[in-house]
Amino acid sequence: MKRGIEVSLAAAEAAKLSRVEVVAAYPITPQTHIVEHLSELVADGEMDAVYVTVESEHSAMSACIGAAASGARTFTSTSAQGLELMHETLFIASALRLPIVMAVANRALSAPLSIWNDHSDVMAARDCGWIQLFCENGQEVVDSIIMAYRIAEDNRVLLPVMVNLDGFLLSHVVEPIDFPSQKEVDKFLPDYKPLFTLHPDRPVTMGAYATPELYTEAKFAQEQAILNSLPVIKEVFKDFTNRFKRKYNVVETYNLENSDTVFVAMGSINENIMTAIDELKKEKMSCGLVKIRLFRPFPFSEIASLLEKKKNIIVIDRAMPGGSMNGPVFNEISAVLRRYDVRGELYNYIVGLGGRDVLPDDFISIYDEVTKSKKDKQKLKANYKVIGVRV
Amino acid sequence: MLPNIEIFAPNVVPKEEFIVSGHRACQGCAEVLALRLALKTFGRDTIIAMATGCMEIISTPLPTTAWTQPWIHVAFENAAAVASGIEAGLRILRRKKKIPDKDIHVVAIAGDGGTADIGLQALSGALERYHKFTYICVDNEAYMNTGIQRSSATPFGASTTTSPAGRASIGQQTWKKDMVKIAAAHNIPYAATACPSYPFDLIEKVKKAKMTEGPSYLHFLSVCPTGWRIPSETAIKYGRLAVESGVFPLYEIKNGKYRITYDPEPLRPVVDYLRGQGRFRHLTDEHMEYIQKRITEQWEGLKRLASLK
Repeated sequence: MKRGIEVSLAAAEAAKLSRVEVVAAYPITPQTHIVEHLSELVADGEMDAVYVTVESEHSAMSACIGAAASGARTFTSTSAQGLELMHETLFIASALRLPIVMAVANRALSAPLSIWNDHSDVMAARDCGWIQLFCENGQEVVDSIIMAYRIAEDNRVLLPVMVNLDGFLLSHVVEPIDFPSQKEVDKFLPDYKPLFTLHPDRPVTMGAYATPELYTEAKFAQEQAILNSLPVIKEVFKDFTNRFKRKYNVVETYNLENSDTVFVAMGSINENIMTAIDELKKEKMSCGLVKIRLFRPFPFSEIASLLEKKKNIIVIDRAMPGGSMNGPVFNEISAVLRRYDVRGELYNYIVGLGGRDVLPDDFISIYDEVTKSKKDKQKLKANYKVIGVRV
Repeated sequence: MLPNIEIFAPNVVPKEEFIVSGHRACQGCAEVLALRLALKTFGRDTIIAMATGCMEIISTPLPTTAWTQPWIHVAFENAAAVASGIEAGLRILRRKKKIPDKDIHVVAIAGDGGTADIGLQALSGALERYHKFTYICVDNEAYMNTGIQRSSATPFGASTTTSPAGRASIGQQTWKKDMVKIAAAHNIPYAATACPSYPFDLIEKVKKAKMTEGPSYLHFLSVCPTGWRIPSETAIKYGRLAVESGVFPLYEIKNGKYRITYDPEPLRPVVDYLRGQGRFRHLTDEHMEYIQKRITEQWEGLKRLASLK
């Protein structure tokens, strides 16, 4: 049965359903409602967990590493500056192969300070060796958190998972959400049985250093682990789909089949793009959407096959390139197309920075722009375009 | 001070080793000696969270380790936060009967840089949250691992690679940060100083730290022959001189009550301690007098605190 609930609270409920044992978190807008609700659940005895009220995000991730290393199922959540403050430890969590799950309420990075949504926080942390999922709506947030533990704790994976939800646009909206029962979740997600823990009965050393003779091998092994996680992620998605009757894929599509022009995007903005596509349909125009649910490991062959034979590929970025030729998602797509010899025209639009609204009409304008005359297209191909910027 | 030491010492010091031979510490390293004694006292049921630093880098080049207790290193500034997480994890796993029901003591270990500088915030947080754990600062008075750069625990007048003595500078121009008082200001039940030159005093304090319900803080003066520029066979001697001159008093603060655990009075002149150390060799008689005045004041201050009823 569906229940109307704020998505942040739903995310906390999902952590509870996952029987999280340690939460270490530090408050930051727009993540606050998630951790507030978690501390309520612990305070009310509804969740048998220890909530560590750390003094910073750096310590939040550090405490999560300690807790996960001791063998406890561990959860945290953050946003923007918080994610960057814990940046150093993100790499260590993944290299120590600790199955921590973190919900990131995506928010713009300072300066100028902005509490509103974009993807500059997670894009700055995209290569930290974590599995990264992006959510389109509240239901996906709940389901993704539960699935994240199954994926992370699988002995073939053993990597931390980041569940991204757009700050405010998703974290603060009330949506009807279907919660699985505790019994169903328990069946889907068994107890965490770690291979190694910090315990005197079986002492191990974790976090040793590597000389040049071994560092490459250590990092190579870790890279294989994240690449090899893809089939496991698909397996978990499939199992979830079978049990809970909600379909999950690493890449999803909307109206893709008979469309020459397609958008590629991530997160809650997909809903506005789909609205735009519906509007275009009414005008007898066809446009498709490729939604990247799994950003790390990047599902390159899946994306290549979906984009094959498409004429115009419009990649939506939610972060500034920072001196790169294009936005980060574009760079991924561009590399995929080159590698798989997919010959569509590529366009890069940067939208919705620091909470700037992006409406379905904006996507209709983008569609119009790329399907216009050849001359204008040449101009567009050069680089990227920032939508709505006043210069 | 200790008559017949050779008779009773073997009975006092546990025989089991938790940092085993083969580690790469410098000759005469008093820091690894201090940890060896401390870990023997903590015993087998211990988990160590260690900051980046000398002790980490001498002990764990992949795929080897010198630690026989469970040990984790994460980063430089977060030993206390990692320890918090381990303690929280053990607590819930024990409550849920997922691990055997026995006391396991969590020990965070960091150098003076990892404690007084970059790790101060994480330490403050962990002490304030009142986790049951012991934090050990192994203080060799500079960033020795990276090549003798000054920290806020470097003593006044010491020449380091980032506070070099020169025509326009006497070296370190600030006084050593008082970490024990900072730790005690968190109203923790137990804080103490110790030095491996006084092994039985150190062992007693480690025992008390282990028995403490809540957080405990231990500050070990760890003589570093490499960084202090002294002969490696003099590490124990300089530890003694530091204590006997009042430069590093041995004391404890139990539930707010100060107690001097070894009274070195009458104090030896500070010059005895400073002279002979390469890091102080540029100091003039006036400098030494200036330092002497400050050390005497500090000692008198500590005595006043210890005499408070």
